[in-house]
Amino acid sequence: MTQVRRAAGVLGELLITAGVLVLLFVVWQLWWTDVTAGREQARTVTSLEQQFDRSGLPDRPVVASGATGSAPSTSAPAPTARKDPLVTFSGVPKGKAFAIIRVPRYGSDYARPILQGTGTDILQQGVGHYVGTAMPGQVGNFAIAGHRTTYGRPFHDIDKLQRGDVVIIETKQDYFVYRVRRHTIVRPWQTDVIAPVPQHTGEQPSARWLTMTSCHPKYSAAYRYISFAKLAEKVPRGKGLPKSLLEVKG
Amino acid sequence: MYAALWRLVPGPWPVKLLAMVLLAAVVVAICFVWVFPAVAPLMPFNGNTVGQ
Repeated sequence: MTQVRRAAGVLGELLITAGVLVLLFVVWQLWWTDVTAGREQARTVTSLEQQFDRSGLPDRPVVASGATGSAPSTSAPAPTARKDPLVTFSGVPKGKAFAIIRVPRYGSDYARPILQGTGTDILQQGVGHYVGTAMPGQVGNFAIAGHRTTYGRPFHDIDKLQRGDVVIIETKQDYFVYRVRRHTIVRPWQTDVIAPVPQHTGEQPSARWLTMTSCHPKYSAAYRYISFAKLAEKVPRGKGLPKSLLEVKG
Repeated sequence: MYAALWRLVPGPWPVKLLAMVLLAAVVVAICFVWVFPAVAPLMPFNGNTVGQ
């Protein structure tokens, strides 16, 4: 009898331990991943900014200070996207941060890195760019994905975006200013939202779209919240971002 | 189980308590650093992308 009681006691303690561990997992997922990923993403943004500042204009012949001599003068200008004179972009390797997204609606200090690729590990480091979709400012659909909750939750307030809201994609050379047009809620397998012409698979694009995808509802992955924006203007990064863009009305 | 662990740790009770707290902290750290990051991708609520 005492043995049974002792076994029951141990079982009870094990169950309580398991319960505590599950709670601990929730705390880690909902709070700690935000803390660590938020910190890391802020660091990535800072280093991207410095990188952009340093190489203000790419392919500008490096003015050698002193007698370094061997500046590769005219070798290899960046490969320009042939059919799109507005932007020049060379291939970005997977996992590399190459742009910054700013959304004034989320606060004037909101800035997250955009990395190439949409793998689980990549989305923990920032916003991910769907490989194969257009690059910022290009004709077609620059499609990106971000966490709605956890891991710094870059797209937590994707449902707060209103028609006309500004979404700025900052690259080495330019600020690409998109304006939100509409949103939709789809199932995870409805990939037509990231088609070159959103939701019109197979059509030839003529406009420059930005598509943001995140999960919906919060804390679920049953649906995807999709926000579509269209390129409104391009501001050279050297000129700085117009203050008026960062103000949010309404 | 925990009673046995308590008995196993040497020293007077403040020392025992400290040891237990440290042990708990180590378990939490192991979970946060290795276990949970490995388990998270298997959870059904972490999808944000369309496609597979």
